[in-house]
Amino acid sequence: MTTIAELPPGFADKVLSAQSTFRSVMDAMARPGSVQRIVPMAGAPAAMMRGAAAIALTLFDHDTPLWLDARMAESAELVKWLKFHTGAPVVQDTSIASFALISDGAALPPLERFALGTNEYPDRSTTLILQVDRLDSGRSFELRGPGIDGVATLQGSIKPFDLFERLRFNEALFPRGIDLVLVADDAVVAIPRTTRVASKGS
Amino acid sequence: MNAPAYNFAYLDEQTKRMIRRAILKAIAIPGYQVPFASREMPMPYGWGTGGVQVTAAILGLDDVLKVIDQGSDDTTNAISIRKFFAKTAGVATTTSTHDATVIQTRHRIPEAELNANQVLVYQVPIPEPLRFLEPRETETRRMHALAEYGLMHVKLYEDIARFGHIATAYAYPVKVNARYVMDPSPTPKFDNPKMDNCAALQLFGAGREKRIYAIPPYTQVVSLDFEDHPFEPYRFNAPCALCGAENSYLDEIVTDDKGGRMFVCSDTDYCEGRQAAGHHGSLSAAPYKEKAGSHG
Amino acid sequence: MYVAVKGGERAIENAHRLLAHARRGDQSVPELTLDQISEQLGLAVDRVMSEGSLYDRELASLAIKQARGDLIEAIFLVRAFRATLPRFGASEPVDTGAMRVQRRVSSTFKDIPGGQILGPTFDYTHRLLDPSLAEGFVPEVPATAEASTAATPRVTDILGRDGLIESSPEAEDGASVGDLTREPLNFPADRDLRLQNLARGDEGFLLAMGYSTQRGYGRNHPFAGEIRFGEVEVEFFAEDVGFAVPLGSIELTECQMVNQFKGSATEAPCFTRGYGLAFGQSERKTMSMALVDRALRARELGEETLAPAQDEEFVMSHSDNVQATGFVEHLKLPHYVDFQSELGLLRKLRKEFAEANTPDAMKEAAE
Repeated sequence: MTTIAELPPGFADKVLSAQSTFRSVMDAMARPGSVQRIVPMAGAPAAMMRGAAAIALTLFDHDTPLWLDARMAESAELVKWLKFHTGAPVVQDTSIASFALISDGAALPPLERFALGTNEYPDRSTTLILQVDRLDSGRSFELRGPGIDGVATLQGSIKPFDLFERLRFNEALFPRGIDLVLVADDAVVAIPRTTRVASKGS
Repeated sequence: MNAPAYNFAYLDEQTKRMIRRAILKAIAIPGYQVPFASREMPMPYGWGTGGVQVTAAILGLDDVLKVIDQGSDDTTNAISIRKFFAKTAGVATTTSTHDATVIQTRHRIPEAELNANQVLVYQVPIPEPLRFLEPRETETRRMHALAEYGLMHVKLYEDIARFGHIATAYAYPVKVNARYVMDPSPTPKFDNPKMDNCAALQLFGAGREKRIYAIPPYTQVVSLDFEDHPFEPYRFNAPCALCGAENSYLDEIVTDDKGGRMFVCSDTDYCEGRQAAGHHGSLSAAPYKEKAGSHG
Repeated sequence: MYVAVKGGERAIENAHRLLAHARRGDQSVPELTLDQISEQLGLAVDRVMSEGSLYDRELASLAIKQARGDLIEAIFLVRAFRATLPRFGASEPVDTGAMRVQRRVSSTFKDIPGGQILGPTFDYTHRLLDPSLAEGFVPEVPATAEASTAATPRVTDILGRDGLIESSPEAEDGASVGDLTREPLNFPADRDLRLQNLARGDEGFLLAMGYSTQRGYGRNHPFAGEIRFGEVEVEFFAEDVGFAVPLGSIELTECQMVNQFKGSATEAPCFTRGYGLAFGQSERKTMSMALVDRALRARELGEETLAPAQDEEFVMSHSDNVQATGFVEHLKLPHYVDFQSELGLLRKLRKEFAEANTPDAMKEAAE
């Protein structure tokens, strides 16, 4: 059994690292498709990428119910690390989660199971943090929408393969919807609900 | 006694997390007002507490902060807020629009075009554009949910019927990304076009009313109008008396009690920059005298 | 030649120095100590603690001193300090039934178990200015008696035993209590949030709202079931040790109003409740609060909501004096940019009006 002393550490400088990580995520959200780097490194449990760990330390706390996919939930060390460093309550019910952490994209639950917000309070929706293989090469996608000057191109190796087809339901749902943050190691890309994604060449 | 000890940028980390989460949702839903648990700040509600909380939540050591009120870095409230962050966050401050990475503003958008490395933080007194038409939050929330903005159009139309024009000169409502009607804060309508397709991220903080909203970069922002009564920005028709600018928003300075007026740029950094570059106004000329029909 | 106004920074510094000077007043007069404020202006301290949401007599006294006796300013200072404090959790509910009572009156029964206790009160003083207080006043030794061991059950509990008053809602186990300083307020708001809002609300505002219900704007037939003031224990359930640990005791005033009865074909008629609670001795505040709490229950009790005091959005949005004073006073800040825009529009409209009303135009119109 892992003791707290054996857990990977959190941020060395909580205040400044959280600020810097937030700015990367904010820039990612404001400029969909742009690849932002997460600089400050925290320790991370084995099943978690460094970028995802930094985001967790920056945004999660007692007030943010958290849903973990099966691969993450089965790591006792990861669950303990999250609880110790963030205090976020882990929930089984996707529909009440503020955040969902997903390491196994192939097993991503249907998106409509997450909180989509209401028309009155569209902000009460789950932010999905999805770990992917790469965000520097792979299939090409064209992104359009607020935050993008015309068209942005994203290259990535992303599972599930039909992620962006599934995400298309955001268009009809708006202002409700799902906001997505993709993480590959220390790289972060955000796809807020306003972004329209098409496979390049298709 | 429990002597106070304050965190970097004043706010505690838990509060910053809460505000940061609200900012992310605000960016994801352009123009929608995200409720947030605004804190009591060490300055009065109505004096920029919303803007200050947003700035405090985003500000880092590498940032260069500019604070303006009425377009000027030198108004007392701008000085007070700038000093607050210099003291609590130790960040570099500037009066140069170009050098700033974060600009907190009350009532103006700088004249210089903003770039993609900048964030503009607005102080907002009443974030709800429908509030003066419908005082109840429960009602206005429903209207936004249904995108039911007829009331606003009726108001604007009644203005036209009564005055021949839309009688809103500041806090002129806009529609963001073709969905949410949004209050741009009490900026003069002259500034409205600058919000459209802007390269910088625009964040709005209303502390007393506990709302945060945003316009992502390169987002469509349209001032509400009618085909036969199109939106028109207003600017007093005179060059700046100091720098000669023909395209900047002007402050009216009363020079005597006999109708003497002069008009100078409200954006002091812009004006000083032009003067330094050799532009001149009519300083030496006699101050402008008000006479019938000469104002624009 | 015109030079734009500069030097705001020095102006601010000088203004603050002048303020410090004015605050101190004539320096040949001894300076106030915090103890003097806490001991001799105790009700001001109680109000600042209540509306500042922070139980600390010393800090409240400091705030009053710093604010030159402006209580809303002092409340603001305390609130701003409070906002930076880390939270460890919520205390266990305090038991006001077990209060060490210093004062306790009921207007509904002549005598009650534990007795009526007048205590330190302005009631029945003749409001005649007392010159002997001006200097060197030494009060008489208060009358004392053996402390009573009799319990002082709450009057509403006595009524409740016979079902004459609606039962107090029991908290659900494990349900969290709302906190409007930590979550944004949404409407309709539950009673926990309403009571928190009222407890922090401006005494003058609540007084006026409560008064308005008595004058018929949402009348709810109140009787002062009981007003009690005294000390209660505060306990905190510490998860690590697994039981509630005493943190100390605080002074509270509680007012329970017995109001207009309700009833229906399926429900036996019974009185309803209005509740007020505040730090220290704050009777006017808690009585007003109880009246407004009852008025705000109109929706829940199926009453028509016609009066301002029954309108929760109206009451809750305007009760907070720190918010209100900030926004009213912000009108002092420069508004020249928006005023200029308004001025431009007004000049344009006036010009068009003048043109439309010149004799020429009138002639044309007549043709």
